[in-house]
Amino acid sequence: MNIPENLRYATSHEWILVEGDTGTVGITDHAQAELTDIVFAEPPAVGKSVQAGAIAAVVESVKAASDIYSPVSGEVIERNDAIEADPSLLNTDPFGSGWIFKIRLTNPDELTSLNDAAGYRAQIGG
Amino acid sequence: MRTPLHDQHLAAGGRIVDFAGWEMPVQYTGILQEHKAVRESCGVFDISHMGEFFVEGPGSTIWLDSLLTNNLASLLVGKAQYTMLLNTHGGVIDDLIAYRLEEEKYLLIVNAAKIDEDAAWFRKHVVQGVQFNDCSSGLAALAIQGPKAASVFEKIFHQPMPSERNRVLEIQPGMFIATTGYTGEDGFEWIMPSANASASWDAVLVSGATPCGLGARDTLRLEMCYPLNGSDLSPDRSPLEAGLGFFCDLKKTAFIGRDALIAQKQCAILPHKLCALRVTEKSPPIRSHYRVFVNGEPVTETTSGALSPSLGCGIALAYLPPAYCDPDQEVEIEVRDRRFRAVVIKKPFLKKP
Repeated sequence: MNIPENLRYATSHEWILVEGDTGTVGITDHAQAELTDIVFAEPPAVGKSVQAGAIAAVVESVKAASDIYSPVSGEVIERNDAIEADPSLLNTDPFGSGWIFKIRLTNPDELTSLNDAAGYRAQIGG
Repeated sequence: MRTPLHDQHLAAGGRIVDFAGWEMPVQYTGILQEHKAVRESCGVFDISHMGEFFVEGPGSTIWLDSLLTNNLASLLVGKAQYTMLLNTHGGVIDDLIAYRLEEEKYLLIVNAAKIDEDAAWFRKHVVQGVQFNDCSSGLAALAIQGPKAASVFEKIFHQPMPSERNRVLEIQPGMFIATTGYTGEDGFEWIMPSANASASWDAVLVSGATPCGLGARDTLRLEMCYPLNGSDLSPDRSPLEAGLGFFCDLKKTAFIGRDALIAQKQCAILPHKLCALRVTEKSPPIRSHYRVFVNGEPVTETTSGALSPSLGCGIALAYLPPAYCDPDQEVEIEVRDRRFRAVVIKKPFLKKP
């Protein structure tokens, strides 16, 4: 199971890559494997304000819909239109081209409550 | 409960879910890939959870014809037919396939969730001379489906697969093969003693079939508009409402539910009809119990739904009032807080050449 070292992880299986005051958010390899074939993705609208732990996006597999939670609070500054056109990117490249949205952090202190790679690996029993 | 193939499912990477009390694989590698395997090549499903009843003895045909909607007296020995078991109100208890093995011997294959209820119903109505046996627990069954199923058949049985649909034959004592299925593809179902299950499963895989789970089984059947009992069929809906009148022989003198069907037919207009809805814009997958709107008003909810892997659009079945059942009728299906445009189409979704 791929768990990159340079990311922070929410217990709800999202990752965030922080660069300055912005973060890129997606779902983990473990999450995409559990969800199975993702056939629909709806990233949040640019400008949307989200709270840490609140629903920010929805992805659906053949069998079920899953809410995607924002790991941190902030404003959505970019959405990945590519996953809307090709939701399977979430399965094939969850840490790369399958990213979901970018957010400007309003409270960087929230990052401390997220797991590092080792913590997330322990959480999923990997 | 587990089928005799539980270990094989785990070995093949099956993701196990509960289905009517059975631990069944919903998928192995992925529903989309398994769906495609059946449409383009060959897939195998463990259907050992389904029920197998044997009915035999003098009077079996007449007795079954008094309980089932279709006409067994007109069915040739060695052939199978789709039929239904109704309650006295004309509602569907179960849909099943009846296989005529001999002049007065039948195999009935029923839905897993309905084995006990069906068996109780048959036993309650059984008559002198007819033997009814529920052999579900001692039998396993595989469904081998897809354009390459015939080649799998040849590799296993060293003879060509019967070219005729709905044929059944006892290929060895106590082991049956039938050219029936629930996917819309060519193929066969193989019913056998549980002791033969694991060797048969292995033989099918070696012959080129892809293991397929209940997830693909559902998308495959829905593309063909084959109803799923408990979702699209219920004790409160008649076969006429479900669009299955073809499988009800109202010319038979009597069967349970017939009077209710005739009364419904005499009304000229059915209260509802099970319609096929195709979403005409990009949408999330449609699922059951999503609300359906006509002219902005909620009129019903979906009974089944999916994102069709073959067609790439949302598809659903729903009981609509008669005024809205014609092809091209525009409706909307609500997914979370949004509504998506859809139209009523002539069944099935997937038109086979």
